[in-house]
Amino acid sequence: MYSYDLVVVGGGASGIAASIKAKELGIKKVALIDEKNYLGGVLPQCIHSGFGLVYFKEDLTGPEFTEKLAQKVMETDLDIYTSTFVSKIAYRDYFEKLVYAVSKHGIKKFKTKTIIYSTGCRERNIYEIGILGNRPSGVFTAGEAQTLMDIYGVMPGREIVIVGSGDIGLIMARRFALQGANVKAVVEIMPYPGGLTRNIVQCLNDFNIPLLLNHSVLRVIGKNRVEEVEVCKLDENRKCIEGSKFRIKCDTLVISAGLVPRVELLEDLGVTIDPITKSAVVNDRLETSLPGVFVAGNSLVVNDLVDYAVEQGEMAAQGASEFIFNKGINAVLWKKVKLNGNIRFFIPQLISGEKAVTMYGRVLTPEENVKLKVSEINKEIPFVRVRPSEMIRLKLSKDELSSARGESLTFSIFKRGAQLGE
Amino acid sequence: MNKEKIAIIGAGIIGASIARVLSRYENIEIHLIEMETDVGWGVSKANTAILHAGYDDDPFLYPNRAKYCVRGNYLWRKWSKQLQIRTSWNGSLVLSFSKEDEEELYNLLERGERNGVKGLRIIEKREIQKLEENVSPNVTLALWAPTAGQISPFEAVAALVENAVENGVILHLETKVLDIVEDGTRITKLVTNNGEIEVDWVINAAGLYADYIAKLVGEEDFKITPRKGEYFLFNDRAKPKVSRILFPAPKPKSKGVVVTTTVDGNLMIGPNATDLPEDEKENRETTQEGLEEVWREASKLVKNLPSKSEVIKTFAGLRPEPTGGDFVIRPHNSLLGFINVAGIRSPGITSAPAIAYEVPKMLLHLGARLILKKNWNPIRRRIVKFSRSSNRRKRELIAMNPLYGNIVCQCEMVTEAEVVEAIRRGAKTVEGVKLRTRAGMGKCQGAFCRIKIAMILSRELKIKPWQVKVKGTGSEIGVGDLFSLLRK
Ligand SMILES: Cc1cc2nc3c(=O)[nH]c(=O)nc-3n(C[C@H](O)[C@H](O)[C@H](O)COP(=O)(O)OP(=O)(O)OC[C@H]3O[C@@H](n4cnc5c(N)ncnc54)[C@H](O)[C@@H]3O)c2cc1C
Repeated sequence: MYSYDLVVVGGGASGIAASIKAKELGIKKVALIDEKNYLGGVLPQCIHSGFGLVYFKEDLTGPEFTEKLAQKVMETDLDIYTSTFVSKIAYRDYFEKLVYAVSKHGIKKFKTKTIIYSTGCRERNIYEIGILGNRPSGVFTAGEAQTLMDIYGVMPGREIVIVGSGDIGLIMARRFALQGANVKAVVEIMPYPGGLTRNIVQCLNDFNIPLLLNHSVLRVIGKNRVEEVEVCKLDENRKCIEGSKFRIKCDTLVISAGLVPRVELLEDLGVTIDPITKSAVVNDRLETSLPGVFVAGNSLVVNDLVDYAVEQGEMAAQGASEFIFNKGINAVLWKKVKLNGNIRFFIPQLISGEKAVTMYGRVLTPEENVKLKVSEINKEIPFVRVRPSEMIRLKLSKDELSSARGESLTFSIFKRGAQLGE
Repeated sequence: MNKEKIAIIGAGIIGASIARVLSRYENIEIHLIEMETDVGWGVSKANTAILHAGYDDDPFLYPNRAKYCVRGNYLWRKWSKQLQIRTSWNGSLVLSFSKEDEEELYNLLERGERNGVKGLRIIEKREIQKLEENVSPNVTLALWAPTAGQISPFEAVAALVENAVENGVILHLETKVLDIVEDGTRITKLVTNNGEIEVDWVINAAGLYADYIAKLVGEEDFKITPRKGEYFLFNDRAKPKVSRILFPAPKPKSKGVVVTTTVDGNLMIGPNATDLPEDEKENRETTQEGLEEVWREASKLVKNLPSKSEVIKTFAGLRPEPTGGDFVIRPHNSLLGFINVAGIRSPGITSAPAIAYEVPKMLLHLGARLILKKNWNPIRRRIVKFSRSSNRRKRELIAMNPLYGNIVCQCEMVTEAEVVEAIRRGAKTVEGVKLRTRAGMGKCQGAFCRIKIAMILSRELKIKPWQVKVKGTGSEIGVGDLFSLLRK
C-alpha cells in the first residue's frame, strides 16, 4: 500500500499541470499515474503547432509542449508511475480514497486523501454517429489515424474522406495531404464549418480539399476494405434531400465527429453526472459530488485549447490543496448555474461566490452580435459572434460574485439591442 | 493402413462441430477447409446466439430442425463445459399481447411438448414480472422455457476448432474450394486456390455457399437465399437490461425481434428479417429501415430500452435460408462420398452438436470404416480472462507473466498476455484477436486499442505494421510506411 495526499489519474496536459501545481502549493506526497509508457496524453501525437500560447506564451507543437511540461515535472519530487493502468477507485471516507492500478510489477494500491481525475476523452465512433452500411477495414477515428501515422509511422490509406470539419478533422485532412494522400472531401452535416477559419484556410484551401457543408455520409460500402462512401445533401432540417445521393470512391474514412469525456471510473464511484457535459457535476474547485475527488481537462469538458486543460488542472490542484489543508471544501451556499436560451452548458455547475472563478461554456448554435449575461451580478459581455465550436471562457471576480443574491447564477445569451425576458 | 481422407468445407459452427466429432476416430485424416482468414466468420459470427429450447420448429414441416434443436440444446451443456465456452442458461419467455398471440403460445406449448422440450409452461402476468422485471406492462401471458440459454458463438467456433486441431484435424485457412473432382462414381479431390487436396469424402458445411458447393457435384435441388437480420448492441453499462430472453409471438418468417442480454452482459436487440436476392451473400449492410424496425419491435417487449446513445454497435447477419426451410442433411443421391450439411439456418447454433453426431452415422451407413481413438482429448481450456480474475489471481498472473500487467484494451480490460495467447491460438488479424479476447468490443469500439493490437500482431507474426490485417484479405491496416506515398 502506498500512501499519498494526492493521486493524479492520467498524465496528459491537465494531469501534469495539476501535479506540478500541487507541488508548488506545498502538497507533500503526490503521485501521477498514466497507462502509457510516456507522459503527455494526446500531445505527443499532435505534431502541428498551436499549443501553449497562453501557458508558455509561445507557439509550440504538441511534442514541444510536452517536452516543456516534462521538464517542469522533472524539477519536482512527485512520484510518476507510467505503464500503470488505474482499474478501480474506491471511496472509503472523507479523507481516504483507494486507487488500484495494474502494471508489469503487479497490482498497486494507493491510499490517498484526494484524487484528480484527468483521463482525457475518447472519440465518437462510426456507430455513435449513425453511419450505416458495411463494416470493413479502413475506418479510423481521427486520433487513431494520427497515432498510426505519427507514433507508429504507418500510412493508413491513399484516398481519404473525412467526416467532421472540427479542428481535428481539418488538421488531419492536411496531415494526410502532406503525406501524399488524396483527400477527396471533408464532409460536414452542419451549414457551417466546425473548426477555426484559420484552419479552413491553412488545412483545406491551401491544399484544394473540398469542404462539403450540409452533407452527411450515409453508409460505407466495401467488403474487406472501404471502397466507397455514400453521401447526401441535407435540407434545413438536416434530412436527406431526395435524389441528392452520390458516392465518393475512397479507401479510408476518418471519423472526426466529436469527443466524449471518459469518466467510467467516476461513474462507478457514483459521482453525479451532468447529462449534457457527460462528465461529473463540479463546484468551483472542480470537485465532484464526492468530497476530495476532482476532475480536470478533457475528462471534465472537451476543451478547444490545451491551455484550458492546463488551467483546469491547476484549478483542481488548488482545490486539492484547500481540501488537504482546510480539511475539506465548504461553502455557505452552492449557487447553481442556470442556463437560458442559446447555451449548451457552463461549468462549474456550482459556485460558492466566495472566490473568483473561471467558467467554460458553449452555445448551441452560431449567432452574431449577442451579449452573454449573468443576471444575478448584472454582468454583460458582448460577442461579435458565438459558435458551438468555440468555447466561451469567462472570469468572474470575487467582487462581482459577492454582489450576487439568491441561490443561482443565470447565464443567458441574447441579441444585442434586444431586451432580455421578452 | 492408408487413412481415408475427409474434407469438411466450411469452418463455421457446423463444420467445426463436425470436425470435433470426427476427430474422435483414429483411422481418418480430416481437413477442415475455410476460405476466410479465420474460422467462424460466416453466418456463425453475427447472430442472436440463443440456445433455443426447441418449441419453435414444427416437427411435420421441419423435422430436422425440430429434432436437432432439442437434442443440441441438451448436448451444449456438456460441450460447453468440456470446451470452456461461456453460456448462460437463463430461459426464454415468449410474450403475448393479444388474443391471437395467446393462441400462438398454446400452439408453441403443444409443439414444444411434442418435440420433447422439458419444463414448458404458460404463465401469467404476476409470474412473468417476477421472472423479468423489465417486461412490458402490456404483456398478457407468456410461454416460459427454462431450458433456453445463450452462448458466445464466435468463442464456440474457435473452441471447437482448437479442440479438433488438438486432436489431429488439419485446418486450411484462406483456402477456397473452387471445384470438386470425381471419377464417375466417387469423389477424388478438391481444387482450391491453394492447390489440390486429395479426398475420399466431402462434407458440405459451407453455410451461405452450400448451394454453390452442391452445384459443383451436380446437385441443384436446393438454393440458399440470404435472409438479413440487423441488430443493436448496447454498451455493458446500459440499463435496463433483461434477465431472460424475450421473444414476441413468432411470425411466419422468423422468431421475431428478441431482447436479450448477451453472455458478455451487453443488452442486444434484433433481428428483423429481410429476404435478399440469392446472390447477395455478402450483403451485411445495416439499413435505416431495418434498424428502425428492430427498435420499434423491441420497444414493444420491454418497459424501457436504454437511450440510443448507449448503442455501441449496429450490425447485420445473414441467415442461410434453404429451399423448403428445413436443414438439408443427407448424402448426394448418386455420387459416393459427398454429404450435405446445408441450409443450417436458425436454430443452427443450438443444433450444431446434434447435427455433427449425424455425420459419422451417415459415413458408416455409406460404408466408411470408423474406429474410435483411445486417447481422444475432449478438453479445451479457454484463454484466461484477467479482468474476471480475483485480485489474488491477478497478482499471480502478473508475477508469472508480466504481459498480464499491460492493459491493451481499456474498455474491456484485456491484457497483452491475452492478446499474445489469442495469436498463439490462431488469430492472425485484429478481428481475430478481438473475437477471441473482446479487445475492442467496448465503448470506444477499438479506437484506442486497434493499433496496439496491430503492433503486437506485427511483432508476433514478424510482419511490417502496415501489413497487419484488420479483417480478411485486403484489409491491411495501412498502405505502407508514412512516406510511402511521397516516394512514388
Ligand atoms: C440473424 C441470425 C440469427 C440467428 N439466431 C440464431 C439463434 O439465436 N440460435 C441459433 O441456434 N441459431 C441462430 N442462427 C443460425 C445460426 O447462426 C446458423 O445456423 C449457423 O451459424 C450456421 O453455421 P454454418 O457452419 O452452417 O455456416 P457458416 O458459419 O456460414 O459456416 C460456413 C463456412 O463455410 C465457408 N465457406 C463457404 N464456401 C466455401 C468454399 N468454397 N471454400 C471454403 N470455405 C467456404 C464460409 O466462409 C463459412 O465460414 C441465426 C442466424 C442468423 C443469421
